[in-house]
Formats: sequence, structure tokens, C-alpha cells
Amino acid sequence: MQKAKPVSLRSSIIASGTLSTRFLVGFDTKATWGELVNGSILDCAPEELRGKCVLLATTDQFRASAALIVLDGIARRVVLFPPDVSLDHLAYVANTAEANVLVTDNAEAANAQHGIDQILMYSRTATPVPVDRGEQLETEWILLTSGTTGQPKLAVHTLGSLADSAWETRPNAASIVWSTFYDMRRYGGLHIFLHAALTGTSLVVSSALEPVADFLLRAGAHGVTHISGTPSHWRRALMSPWAGRIAPEYIRMSGEIVDQAILNQVNAQYPYARIEHTFASTEAGVGFNVSDGLMGFPPEMLTRNPKIEMKIEDGTLKIRSTRTATRYLGSKSPALKDTSEFVDTGDTVELREGRYYFTGRRDGIINVGGFKVHPEEVEAVINRHPQVAMSLVKAKKSPITGALVVADVVLKPLNGEKEADALRSGILRFCSAELDAHKVPVAINLVPMLTIGESGKLVRRHA
Amino acid sequence: MDVKAEIIAQFKQVAQEHDKRLAPLTDELALLNSGLDSLCFAIVVARLEHSLGVDPFSDDEDARFPVTFGDFIRFYANAKS
Repeated sequence: MQKAKPVSLRSSIIASGTLSTRFLVGFDTKATWGELVNGSILDCAPEELRGKCVLLATTDQFRASAALIVLDGIARRVVLFPPDVSLDHLAYVANTAEANVLVTDNAEAANAQHGIDQILMYSRTATPVPVDRGEQLETEWILLTSGTTGQPKLAVHTLGSLADSAWETRPNAASIVWSTFYDMRRYGGLHIFLHAALTGTSLVVSSALEPVADFLLRAGAHGVTHISGTPSHWRRALMSPWAGRIAPEYIRMSGEIVDQAILNQVNAQYPYARIEHTFASTEAGVGFNVSDGLMGFPPEMLTRNPKIEMKIEDGTLKIRSTRTATRYLGSKSPALKDTSEFVDTGDTVELREGRYYFTGRRDGIINVGGFKVHPEEVEAVINRHPQVAMSLVKAKKSPITGALVVADVVLKPLNGEKEADALRSGILRFCSAELDAHKVPVAINLVPMLTIGESGKLVRRHA
Repeated sequence: MDVKAEIIAQFKQVAQEHDKRLAPLTDELALLNSGLDSLCFAIVVARLEHSLGVDPFSDDEDARFPVTFGDFIRFYANAKS
């Protein structure tokens, strides 16, 4: 049987239409999708990159997006190196991905140790260049995920696994402006980038250099109608005085456990928005969307889409579908799928009263004297406290029980004059009423802010 | 800070928070019979580390584990001195 000819991102964007009236809006640049598919901002003829492995390490999302449109279908492999990943990993990633071209807008990346001979910097604007698209390759897209050893893992996708074949341009696409708090070098952001590109809408991308407040103002100015982010992104956004500058019709949360508090708080801030939460991961792809306004998901989600097979095994969610990554690069890398092609997400779930609830990560469990504690479960309770904006639960070493639970808590602004001690004990009472004793934090540290990584997730340092 | 008074306060506080019936805190009282379970002890130790600034359990791995309440107080008093 003859294999179907691969369809590139560029030709898929052209097929979605309305190229001259919709835009990709970056931090300081803006272009129509038409300009992007007909031009290249790479500082060389795209044809020179045919069949090469390109390490794309730009600071700016707009430039990375524009480069992807040029490279997909021409390059053998494109590695998306997110701006928050330390350049110390550049050589490892380049070597593992067998990269022979580095594309960057960052002199520091260009000068870092990476072992690549050919370095391309960006030209300022997208200039039209003829590209021979006669022979299109099925380009491998490499996404980085955090590894347990400190080195990132390199997961292999293609446009086919990242884009949903069911996406089509809707009649109202021209009025839709997507945006996301995610960086498009991360799965959650890339998914939105592709969704916007292939369904005929505009897209406003954020920048790592841009404070949340500025991004909200910019997103509001561009009339963003659809927007996605992690619960941590949303908690931070709701703390901003500019949260009201956007008026989205649709809000999506993904990437972390969505608790009832954040669903309710986002709903209160944006009462006219349809709010969904999505289960997705870099390795497993998109699993399902939940739109009933409740945390967790009903069991029928596991069987609703025949193309995405899901099962709960040993308390964790496993997924087999065409949306999963195929493998990790690197000879020493672990298997990405089991022998029956299921991806183990490592996300643990619990069935309570007919509904599944995510309880945390299998590898993030705190062991308190033999009792397991999922930090996310405790955070969900703390976050329900009316004066808490966000929290991070972590382990504290204990000579008696091995570990104890402690929490860093960020309070909502305008908290009044209430004493810190009174607030701490209030939060603890709240936890004691809801949680088993070993799950109640032994200390509540009030902190001004928690670190949210470029992945949009709370930065957790496992003890 | 009075080490003994602080320890007694923490024993009472943690027992109350965890609905434990605390035995009279005499020097001879065996810790195992105090009414506190290991989670409560872990919490007492964590809070004493905060209030007294020492955790003799972690600081000296070779130290003999206190058996009675009196041992426990001496354990902390020695660490503080």
C-alpha cells in the first residue's frame, strides 16, 4: 500500500483559509498567516535546511512559530527548545537529537556549548522566499519534558499526532482570537498554536519577558475570545488587577490538576465564559475535555472517544491513541509506551461516588510514616480557603516519620489587616476539618509568590 | 526560652489538635505511654525545631533515642547548651 503523502503545517494553514485577515500576534511583532506561509524569517534559503535536524532555540515565541511553518515538511526533525530550559542542556539535547543546525535569536544560545556547526540567526521581518514544496517530508517534532535525572527527555511527535484530524475551519473562525498563557514550545501551548493555525483563527502569543499584567492588557487589546492556561496561570491572572481586561467566551485549563476552587473562581471572574478542563500531557497527547463545571471527570470519559483508549491501571491513567508521542530519543531513554502501546501518564486517580478525581503524580507522593500524601490533594483543600490565592505543598524531612507535609501559601490581595498567625491557624483548621491528620500541613509559610515554570506549572522540587 | 516549658506546651498543643488524651507529663513517663502517636511526635519535633532552633534527632544521628519524657527534655536541653 502506498503511504499517504505527508501534509505539512504550511499547506494545512493554507487549506484553512482566511490567510490575509487573521493574525499571529507576538510580543513586539505581528503578521498575517498569509505573510507567514509565503515568507521566511530564517536567515537562509529554507531549501538549504532540507533533510536536516534543526534545534530551534529562540527566546521569542513568534519567531519560533514562524520558523516552524517554514521548517515542517522540509527538515527531518525540529527540536523545540523552550526558553526556560537551561542552556547547559543545549549540548545534550543537540547530541541526542543529532541536530546539525541551530536556529536562534539569542546570542547566548549561539555561543553556548552545543557542538553544532551551522548557526542561523533571525532576520528582522518575514520576507517572501520561494520554497520548493514538491517533496514534503514527515518532519519529527521533538518536545522536551522534564526528566527525573535532571536532563530533559525528548519526546517525538509529528504534525499528525499533534494536530487533531477533526479540526476544521468553522464559519465564525474569523471572529475567534485565541491566546494562551503557555509557551508554544510546551505541549499545551503548541496545541493551541496548531488549533488556531489550522482552524482559521487569529492567535496572540505571550512572551517569557512579559509580566502577566502586561500580557492581560495586550490580550484584552487584541480582543482575545478563547484562552488557555494551567490552573497556576489562572490563579496568577486572577490576582492581577487587570484580570478584567479580558472578556473571553471560552476558557480552557490543563496541565495540572484542576480543583473546584479555581473552576469556581474563574467562573466568578468570567461569568459569560464557557469553561472546560482538559487532560493532556506531552507524552500522552490530549485525552479528554470536561465541560460540566466540576473537578474530576465522569467514568464515561474513558470510553467516549473510540479513537482514544483510556484505562485506569494500578490507580494511574493510561492512554493509547494516535495523539501520543511515539518514543523518546536517546539510547538510554526509557520506553515511552508499554508493550501494548499504552502511555502511562503517571497521573493518579481515585474513584469517589461515581466520579474520578486526579490525586497527584505517582512520583510526587510524600510518605508520612507509611501514609501516602499527594501534595495536590492538600493544595486543593488549602486553595478552597477564601483568603488563599495559591499554594504549594511539599515534604519536610522528619526524623520520626521520614517526612511531614508543609505548605507555602500565597494570600489573595486586599486581605485586610488580619494577623498572619490568625490566618495560618485558620488555614490549618480548614485542613484539619477536611483531611486525614497525616495530610494536614505541620507548617504554613506565607510567601509573596510561588514559582511557576515556563511550562505553566508550579515548580515542584521533590524531596 | 525555657526548654522544658516549651516542650510541655507543644505536647499539650499537639495532643489537643489531634484529639489525643495526654498522660500526666512526669519525668518518668515512658514516651510510648504518653498518648501521642508517631505523627504527633513528628509534629512536636518539627515545631520544636522552629521554636527552639534545634532538632537533636537529626543533628546527632548517633544519639540515643529518648525513652522517657525526662530523657526527651534532657535531649533538647543538651542540644541547646
